[in-house]
Amino acid sequence: MFEALREALIEEMKLDPTVCVMGEDVGHYGGSYKVTKGLAEMFGDLRVLDTPIAENSFTGMGIGAAMKGLRPVVEGMNMGFLLLAYNQISNNCGMLHYTSGGQFKIPVVIRGPGGVGRQLGAEHSQRLESYFQSIPGLQMVACSTPYNAKGLMKAAIRSENPVVLFEHVLLYNMKEKIPDEEYICCLEEAEMVRPGEHVTILTYSRMRYHVMQAAKTLVNKGYDPEVIDIRSLKPFDLHTIGNSIKKTHRVLIVEECMRTGGIGASLRSAIIDNFWDYLDAPIMCLSSQDVPTPYAATLEDATVVQPAQIVAAVEQICQ
Amino acid sequence: MAATSFTAAKFLAPVAARSGGERAPPLPAGASSSSFARAMRRGGAHHPRLRTALAVSSDVLAGNKAQAAAANPAVTREEALELYEDMVLGRVFEDMCAQMYYRGKMFGFVHLYNGQEAVSTGFIKYLNQADCVVSTYRDHVHALSKGVPARSVMAELFGKATGCCRGQGGSMHMFSAPHNLLGGFAFIGEGIPVATGAAFAAKYRHEVLKQSGPDGLDVTVAFFGDGTCNNGQFFECLNMAQLWKLPIIFVVENNLWAIGMSHLRATSDPEIFKKGPAFGMPGVHVDGMDVLKVREVAKEAIDRARRGEGPTLVECETYRFRGHSLADPDELRKPGKDYFPVSFYFFASLVKFLVLTRLSGEMENGIKASLAKFVAMLKMASNIVLMKTDEKSHYAARDPITALKKYIIEENLATESELKSIEKKIEDVVEEAVEFADASPHPPRSQLLENVFADPKGFGIGPDGKYRCEDPKFTQGTAQV
Repeated sequence: MFEALREALIEEMKLDPTVCVMGEDVGHYGGSYKVTKGLAEMFGDLRVLDTPIAENSFTGMGIGAAMKGLRPVVEGMNMGFLLLAYNQISNNCGMLHYTSGGQFKIPVVIRGPGGVGRQLGAEHSQRLESYFQSIPGLQMVACSTPYNAKGLMKAAIRSENPVVLFEHVLLYNMKEKIPDEEYICCLEEAEMVRPGEHVTILTYSRMRYHVMQAAKTLVNKGYDPEVIDIRSLKPFDLHTIGNSIKKTHRVLIVEECMRTGGIGASLRSAIIDNFWDYLDAPIMCLSSQDVPTPYAATLEDATVVQPAQIVAAVEQICQ
Repeated sequence: MAATSFTAAKFLAPVAARSGGERAPPLPAGASSSSFARAMRRGGAHHPRLRTALAVSSDVLAGNKAQAAAANPAVTREEALELYEDMVLGRVFEDMCAQMYYRGKMFGFVHLYNGQEAVSTGFIKYLNQADCVVSTYRDHVHALSKGVPARSVMAELFGKATGCCRGQGGSMHMFSAPHNLLGGFAFIGEGIPVATGAAFAAKYRHEVLKQSGPDGLDVTVAFFGDGTCNNGQFFECLNMAQLWKLPIIFVVENNLWAIGMSHLRATSDPEIFKKGPAFGMPGVHVDGMDVLKVREVAKEAIDRARRGEGPTLVECETYRFRGHSLADPDELRKPGKDYFPVSFYFFASLVKFLVLTRLSGEMENGIKASLAKFVAMLKMASNIVLMKTDEKSHYAARDPITALKKYIIEENLATESELKSIEKKIEDVVEEAVEFADASPHPPRSQLLENVFADPKGFGIGPDGKYRCEDPKFTQGTAQV
């Protein structure tokens, strides 16, 4: 996946000279996860800017540069570090287009790896999608395959809106054959992963793989789950989601962010608001525990949703 | 100019790189023998990037009041009148804001700039249209100096749809794309990274996009206060700006107070200009109540930035005559005990009034003149007493507008009546701005969601499969995604 993201960056930077990258160790080091490897040699030190360790300020710098016509891609070495940039992301990134009465647009892409990895400890295992979701003026997408990573990165760079692109630490080495021709994924659309009839499973990012693993078990047990990768965390693609609910009448949400105030919580409300009449069972939501991610492997596994829990949940819904 | 007064020439001295051959300056007695200290003594051979940057202080700081008040840098008649008009516009506008606020036309937090006009005028009047200004919540006058029409600013303050931000920003969020005013920020320090970004974009345009202006790089000026200089974003941006030699000037409007927190109680080393050389950029202190001195420093800093020599930190000693905001009771800056001089002055004015109303003809002129002199003397005496006890009066005596007026008249650059006609013109402009704002419509409900996203597809796809923004009435609806 890191190569797909890299390809997207290279293609967009070749197409549009105002696209630039800024972040810690993105230049000479090639990026902590190799997403920007070789870019500094290709495009120069100013276009692929190695910043000092000052997230709030260099994110703000990206925003100021965007107001003056550039299209920066700001990398948080780990999504958790962007907590330090929260001031700029909320107050300036999300708000300036509005408070300026539409005079300045902020076409930044803020991206980085988040999610629970392999025993990285609590602070390196954060899921910021729930923290950012209330910020007005921001779009959020989460990629999960090399295909949609490249497509979403290109779409995010081309978008006039500020977009936060959530990548996952454990998915960078995913491999997939992707088209040679240029393609873009729609920022606002969800992705149908596996059509089915019995239950709608809504998920995103790494949990997609846990869901698909659970789906194999479920199919053997005779269930037919429909799996949708929502991809767009804000706004939700209520059309794809709605059509699925109208077909299956049962919903299970599987997510990696915390239970409290998470994406699942908002998704649940949106579904109840719009599709209440189509539901035959209460919406179930499986999220990570409200716990700082422990270091110990057994505890870390217990923090996130595992395929066995997904299977059990589907069995419960479909009773 | 006297040798000891602050001169531009001092400031022009180039930033000297310390190469391997040069010797480092001697360390103070008791210096440590750490490897870093030893390397410093060896002459910086291990630290090729060490530079000596200047810290230049003004005569005001040195306590040299005579020099501070003495010879001002030369200025032409046109320039002087432009500066005067701009400062008067700032003052009259802010006074009108206070009136309008107490009449219930303006709401929320309104922060007025009275007293600090020299800083805004001194810097911004030297900029081009393409140069950027980034400010704080005390931004009305920065907007006016940059060229945003008074009526747009007033309408914005009234919350009307004709305001520069369509009524969506308010007092603390003034923006203008055509004038390159990049805000207007409510949280302190927030604008400094944005200014750094604008400067970065200027450098990027020049080096990557190969779009160069005839004068050099487009410059960005970031204004902020003394309180901000203890904030992380300030230091982080000083570092980045110097690292990449960005065309930016960091202007500290040190008015000694952050709401009720005295600068001296909040800052370990209150001399802010000295923090510039710590990052390798020149740090300059200037008398922020003297527009001509500010302008001299501004010229040097802006020209430097345009040439690509990098940022400058300028600390302007200034003062706000009003409270932090219109809601601030301003109790910590109480004037000193002044009962005696004030009552004496009042008594003398009363005598003058009573006598003059009972005189007639030629006698009146003679007695009028001597009474006027007597009263002026008493006023001066009371000022001197007050100066010793009271910060507010000390700075009121250094009102930048009065100072420039005095200078213009003494140097015969214009007559008193010409200046009065400028003042009258400005009063008309501000009155017209109020009328315009009053007459303007409030924003309609349909404006609510228009500017949330530059691309309204960001509101997403609704259950019916269409993008929400395809519904023409969606902007007045509910912002849900």
